Amino acid sequence: MTASLLAITDLYCERDDRVLFENLSLQLNQGQIVHLVGKNGSGKTSLLRILSGLYHSYEGSVKYLGQDISHVRNEYNKALLYIAHNVSVKGALTVRENLDWYSKIQPQLDSDMIQDAITSVGLNDFDDVLCHHLSAGQKRRVNLARLYMLPVSAFENSLWILDEPYTAIDVEGVASLENHLQGYVSEGGAVILTTHQFMHRTEAVVKINLDELGT
Amino acid sequence: MLLSFRRRSELLNPLLFFMMVAALFPLGVSPAADFLSQLAPGVLWVCALLASLLSLDSLFKADYEDGTLEQLLLSCESTYMIALAKAVAHWLTTGLPLALLAPLLAVMLFLPTQAIPTLVVTLLVGTPTLSLIGAIASALTVGLKKGGVLISLLVIPLYIPVLIFGASAVHGASQGLPVVAYIAILGAMLALSLVLAPFAIAAALRVSVSS
Repeated sequence: MTASLLAITDLYCERDDRVLFENLSLQLNQGQIVHLVGKNGSGKTSLLRILSGLYHSYEGSVKYLGQDISHVRNEYNKALLYIAHNVSVKGALTVRENLDWYSKIQPQLDSDMIQDAITSVGLNDFDDVLCHHLSAGQKRRVNLARLYMLPVSAFENSLWILDEPYTAIDVEGVASLENHLQGYVSEGGAVILTTHQFMHRTEAVVKINLDELGT
Repeated sequence: MLLSFRRRSELLNPLLFFMMVAALFPLGVSPAADFLSQLAPGVLWVCALLASLLSLDSLFKADYEDGTLEQLLLSCESTYMIALAKAVAHWLTTGLPLALLAPLLAVMLFLPTQAIPTLVVTLLVGTPTLSLIGAIASALTVGLKKGGVLISLLVIPLYIPVLIFGASAVHGASQGLPVVAYIAILGAMLALSLVLAPFAIAAALRVSVSS
């Protein structure tokens, strides 16, 4: 039997003496999208940070292909793209420079795909503009452009963790991203995301409500 | 490095501070050449130390606030190398310019000419240690709103040995005494901090990002 791409078992997390979630178990397999829902403060971002390996104050286990993520850190980081709630772009660098920097620190991203990625997120006319001159939505698009820099050959066993990816994105951008997510999971990738928006186009979505798992 | 050059004010702040304090010192105490030449080694070293300290608060702050620090920690690069690279970049943009600027201020403070090469060498060997030690405190306090004060409290006791040996070497050189031992001790401190500090910086960054 092959191990799940991501297996979460009996996860327990509390912050400021408040249990965010307990007994949380789920398995994420290739081709799946898990959509976390819940009220503000229900622990969605904390869960995503745990799954990305950034937050360590929890009990339970998170396994990637059957191995604890802390034991296969390098392998896991190569498979992971984490889009955080903040924009994660350098204002003093241009759009192209930001993506070039990302392709250097995340070798799974293909630097030859930077131009295509810029086109895909609709920033063709801004590729040499410093990011602090861009609007919030455009900065978010720069961050999302990383999702378009992963070659199809690297989709299998890869995982995207997306924290509110649609924030500040217009309707057209949301539709384009949903199509891209659908294409990605159909080629063997997996996504776990939070969004307060209704997802129109994506199929194979598993919804998990964190409001039911905390106290 | 590119980011530092794009944010010129951050790059120039420590240098201006170094120049201004060293230039104000003769006005505050005495412009007498004999008096200043006695104090110059200590004054220049203290100014360099404080100028280096000044830029520590922003070492990881911008990366932390814009989220790129998280992305760095999730990259395939080793955290040790990331920490070392950040400390080296801090030294290249702060310690190295201070060492290169120091001879000008040394002349202004009447430091004997034969001590100027020693001043430059001790700053070149000592300031990387300051950057490495300072980066540990900067990484520990990056998540705090007012971490600047805490950085000073954490770092200054650890800076004192570097200050003592750096200033003593320059003082010795101005008296015509041998200074190799002082420089060797500064070199040993640098070697030790070069090997160990990146581990501490990396661990501190992980703790700060995780909290």
